[in-house]
Amino acid sequence: MPHLVIHQKKLTPALVQTLIGLCPFGAISEQNGQLVIGSGCRLCRQCVKAGEGAVELCGDAPAAAVDKSLWRGIAVFAELRGSEVHPVVPELIGKALELRESCPQPVWAVLVGHGCHDAARELAHYGADAVYVYDDPLLDGFDPQRYTACLSDFIVRQHPAAVMVGATMLGRSLAPRTAARFRTGLTADCTRLEMRENSDLVQIRPAFGGNIMARILTPHARPQFCTVRYRVFDRAARRSTPAGPVISLPLPGAALSSGTEIIKRLDRPQEVDISEAERIVAVGRGVRDQRGLELARRLARALDAQLACSRPMVESGAFDPRRQIGLSGRTVKPSLLIALGISGSVQFAAGMGGAECIIAINQDAAAPIMRLAHIAVEGDLYQILPALLERIEKGEATHA
Amino acid sequence: MDILVCIKQVPGSTNVQVDPETGVLKRDSQKGKLNPYDLFALELAFSLRERVGGTVTALTMGPAQAERALLECLYMGADRALLLCDRRFAGADVLATSRALSAGIRRAGPFDLIVCGKQTTDGDTAQVGAEIAELLDIPHACNVREISPAGSGQLMAETVLEREILCVRMSMPCLVTAEKDINTPRLPSFVRKMAASDKAVELLTLDDLPDRDERLYGLTGSATQVERIFPPDNETVQEHWAGPNAELAEKLYAFLLDATLIER
Repeated sequence: MPHLVIHQKKLTPALVQTLIGLCPFGAISEQNGQLVIGSGCRLCRQCVKAGEGAVELCGDAPAAAVDKSLWRGIAVFAELRGSEVHPVVPELIGKALELRESCPQPVWAVLVGHGCHDAARELAHYGADAVYVYDDPLLDGFDPQRYTACLSDFIVRQHPAAVMVGATMLGRSLAPRTAARFRTGLTADCTRLEMRENSDLVQIRPAFGGNIMARILTPHARPQFCTVRYRVFDRAARRSTPAGPVISLPLPGAALSSGTEIIKRLDRPQEVDISEAERIVAVGRGVRDQRGLELARRLARALDAQLACSRPMVESGAFDPRRQIGLSGRTVKPSLLIALGISGSVQFAAGMGGAECIIAINQDAAAPIMRLAHIAVEGDLYQILPALLERIEKGEATHA
Repeated sequence: MDILVCIKQVPGSTNVQVDPETGVLKRDSQKGKLNPYDLFALELAFSLRERVGGTVTALTMGPAQAERALLECLYMGADRALLLCDRRFAGADVLATSRALSAGIRRAGPFDLIVCGKQTTDGDTAQVGAEIAELLDIPHACNVREISPAGSGQLMAETVLEREILCVRMSMPCLVTAEKDINTPRLPSFVRKMAASDKAVELLTLDDLPDRDERLYGLTGSATQVERIFPPDNETVQEHWAGPNAELAEKLYAFLLDATLIER
């Protein structure tokens, strides 16, 4: 059982204060002249690193309990959206094909649903070595228990080293249930993935609210589950010929029964979806009033762009949460993102990392966005935008 | 109907900073608060109790300070509150957290319905609910916006997916996670605060759980391990423009034109 041991003799008063101050969870305190670690400890080991030997991690995790050579292959869960494959799926396949360059192994797609053979045949063009299909009337509509039974059946058959699932509403329900069935790890919303030669999946994601990145491994368990949001990775290219066969698998017995019965399926009215937008004009706290908003709207219209915002604009009620970019909002991947009066917290940046070209207009040269943007324009948007709009709307250029 | 609601105390602010020089987390001085998404889960449970009778129990795993979040639940109207608190739970990932919570539910139950919030504001992963359901071997539905009793040990639930809403009939016991903004959460009441003063939060340690194998919990029981935390790398600026606003506007116009983002 790993736990922290404090060597009280190695402590100096200065070190005591440092350690109390640096614990991000406030779990270190001084009691009766002794430094103690409370129940708030999350074993982040910051104190071990900074403790000059006074804090020691004792009792390491048990050695590998899994034979990694028995687990090979990357499985991509191919979620359906209507009768087609969800657009996150070719992105996951694209990443899987990239991952196998450092650790050669097959890439498979797994489709679960009813009447989905056309979708499966189309999916075969995206580079997976095989597309496996569970197609049955019982799988019409998402039932977590039946879908978990199918994905688990696939895992037992093929022993993949990693399973990738889109971080959609369906994926966030299916992936944890299946991961728990195999008593294995699941890392949500990965923003970067790499694979080591021993098939360890290196999962990188923002942690602790988003201002820090964490590199997460699943060293002693297989398969390694991760979810990835739509528009984080690049799509695999569509090839003119299928890369592999479509293989039908029989409905596993475990999928026959379920504690859930789908009574009715209703369409959900389609809403603005900034995650699909090619061009985005995003506004933040620097846009202070209606006039600023109107300028942003005009710019969006002129560029044929979607209007989006940062978190404070949702909290203030000025915007619908569906237009929010960031870790707690949407991930976007436009070819152009113009950030107006946005400071660029890591929270926000986590949602815009995939933008090809970011232009930031901000009066504060020290705002984090100015280091993230491809073009950082230091100036007053209330002055720049009217002049720019006038030029665009007049439609003539006089290059200075 | 006996309902259990899983809650979490989260940092009062999500603005955790890291020192770019040392890579050390800067301490967040803010006090903890009840995860805002859990308020909708609690309200869902309270309103169901009002319709069909029964009890509402709040459960969390966390440090001793998390008692405050549980007291808040009691003041809002929970009948019972349980705190899973043990240093051997520390460093738990999703799997080890779900194990501890499902073991706590087994110990305190039986319950007809488990309700979780959609996600927490500090982890943002929205995974623990479905893992608990699997470990308890009961059906689950995520992002539920409406729930009603359907007789003979069953519930009707409306679960929200990306492009559709599924109306499902679930057999109890079952677990749902509550979609946000589906109701107006009640506030802690002063009267209840006074009435609840003798209701202590019940403390559970690892030794109280049905499965006392400590290798299942905390860091040892976690399948994932954080190898390193680091500040995000900031891309270097490719271009920095400053100067009179009119010139900046002209430069932007030329750039947009050049990149064929606008037409002349």
